[in-house]
Amino acid sequence: MKELFDLFLTFCRIGGLTFGGGYAMMPMLQRECVEKKGWVTENELMDYYSVGQCTPGVIAVNTATFVGNKVHGVAGGIFAALGVVFPSLVIIMIIAAVLQAFAHYPAVQNAFAGIRVGVCVLIINSIIKLFKKAVIDKWTLILFIVVFLCALFIDITPIIFVVAAGIAGVLISNWKEKKAK
Amino acid sequence: MIYLRLLFEFFKAGLFTVGGGLAALPFLEDIAVKTGWFSVEQLTDMIAISESTPGPIGINMATYAGFTTGGIFGSIVATLGFMIPSVIIITIVSKFIQKFNENKIVKGAFYGLRAASVALISTAAVNAIGESVLFDLAKYQSTGSFLDLISIPGLILAVVAFIVLKKWNPHPIFILAGSAVVGIVLKFAGV
Repeated sequence: MKELFDLFLTFCRIGGLTFGGGYAMMPMLQRECVEKKGWVTENELMDYYSVGQCTPGVIAVNTATFVGNKVHGVAGGIFAALGVVFPSLVIIMIIAAVLQAFAHYPAVQNAFAGIRVGVCVLIINSIIKLFKKAVIDKWTLILFIVVFLCALFIDITPIIFVVAAGIAGVLISNWKEKKAK
Repeated sequence: MIYLRLLFEFFKAGLFTVGGGLAALPFLEDIAVKTGWFSVEQLTDMIAISESTPGPIGINMATYAGFTTGGIFGSIVATLGFMIPSVIIITIVSKFIQKFNENKIVKGAFYGLRAASVALISTAAVNAIGESVLFDLAKYQSTGSFLDLISIPGLILAVVAFIVLKKWNPHPIFILAGSAVVGIVLKFAGV
């Protein structure tokens, strides 16, 4: 029980002190889980991280579940995952409640009109970074263009595209391998 | 029962969001359009808050969207729904992590998935730009003047913000704070 509580608190600290999650969380994870607690080795953490990136869900939650699982089985995974989201839950609730109360002020509306432009810039910047990692040959470029245009003009759930692209990825990799032989 | 629906919608989003962070955006947009719980404009505000507060962006967005829809209980339900698929999948995968990492089918699937994920985020970005002050389609349609379609101050802000981001790589919070100040000074919302 003490171990579960420790997992929850440690991941609370990691979640509450990293901005942006995902990649930004790595240094905190290294310090807390490898150096301070000795729960996992550096290599294990890297493995968790790389699998956490390509399984569904938020990378931080995935990595937390992995570490928790290693330390204290299924319950450990659940406690670590709950810990990493707990600060978000509290902070965002407070901000959302405050914003709702002030949303009708002109200054707040003008500020958010400006912020929305800033957000677009941030998104474009991350898209450029992600694009370089994901679009690595002509096949992934074709996939990108097809999904982009379809998603833009056809109003269906993105789930369809995710499933179709996963299947296409398997087929293309298989085909490429056969051709190489 | 709104909470059950929240749980279900965010469970779906969590199950199909691959790559973390902004990858959740297309799914949240889909929820917005389908349910009307929040608008695309509100979604952009949620991204701003999520980028400026600690914690994983995807979780922050789920919490915020849940709060907008169903208050405190709504935000708890949405966040839990969003993370349950991860926890289940990782608990299973952790039993055979080495095999998973080297599996050919898994590798192939993610080769395709990553490209699709970036494409979906790009589509969501196009919609977010359309909802921002950068474009005023309504004014363009009423005046027919191309100059009314694009907001020049908005465009300048975007270009400057982008250059600052590329050159100094500051924390997103500074970009957003600067944009807020410009928005207030130039009365971006027109009020």
